[in-house]
Amino acid sequence: MLKNKIALITGSTRGIGRAIAFNFAQNGATLIINGKSVDKVKQLSKELKNKFEIDVHEAVFDVSNYDEVKNGFKAIYKITKKLDIVINNAGILESSLIGMLSKDNLKNTYATNVDAIYYILQYASRLLARNNSGSIINLTSIMGTNGCEGQSVYSGSKAAVVGITKSLAKELADKNIRVNAIAPGFIDTDMTKNLDAKSFDMRINSIKMGRAGTAEEVANTALFLASDLSEYVTGQIIGVDGGMLL
Amino acid sequence: MNNKKIVEIFSKSLGISEEIICDSLEYNSIPEWDSIAHMTLISELEDGFDIMLDTDDIIEMSSVSKAKDILGKHNISF
Repeated sequence: MLKNKIALITGSTRGIGRAIAFNFAQNGATLIINGKSVDKVKQLSKELKNKFEIDVHEAVFDVSNYDEVKNGFKAIYKITKKLDIVINNAGILESSLIGMLSKDNLKNTYATNVDAIYYILQYASRLLARNNSGSIINLTSIMGTNGCEGQSVYSGSKAAVVGITKSLAKELADKNIRVNAIAPGFIDTDMTKNLDAKSFDMRINSIKMGRAGTAEEVANTALFLASDLSEYVTGQIIGVDGGMLL
Repeated sequence: MNNKKIVEIFSKSLGISEEIICDSLEYNSIPEWDSIAHMTLISELEDGFDIMLDTDDIIEMSSVSKAKDILGKHNISF
């Protein structure tokens, strides 16, 4: 479904990013995988190459560091010359009540969850525009669309992703670049494994389908948005939450 | 050769005659060179000279002369 497409996936070494990498690899995409750790990116690259007959390029940079993103894209340009799909997946989640919110929490969360998307898309949109087509998929969260107590920083950062998505969908539509976002609910990943049993149960009880989602289920939605199956879909925030109520 | 190429790119991207393209031509000084056309111009310059420009360069590219200076940083001489 993604043969001859080149996809950049930020934060692809674990969780949802990793699941998207495997899903896209299975569907024939050429991958540019990203993470901050050289070892983890190399390990993922090895796993993908062993399992699938695809090209995998390694892009080790911190998405929240402007200069690293700039140099990363120059390296990507030299290797692939083009880009078709961008998944802005890298993100961090730190819980904090408003009265106990540290400046570092605020700064780091917005740097990774918001600023990084601008850095990436400033360069990526120009590469996509050269093909006069492309699909950008931003990972937001049900917390960004509905809010969540104790998560005002994370929720605020993810709400920003909604605004960025809808604005860029309008700005880039004439270049045939589609911009959508996925808003996962409670997904079984490393991020959610840290919850205590009581909080975990409370979350599950708020989901109409009665279970946590999987990273693979989110990846399937990313596949739909990345592929031509969604060629007339832009500016949408797609919930993958099993009917979760927040 | 690069002079001819940059004039052709400006002409094609902005949809203006080659005759009016000179070093002193500035961004936003003619209706054809607005922000939308600027991004098309950047794309054509990157394609034409096989480079990837920095975002700062795109913002600073305020004239034909400045464009030549910026391309000079990528070892493209005029």
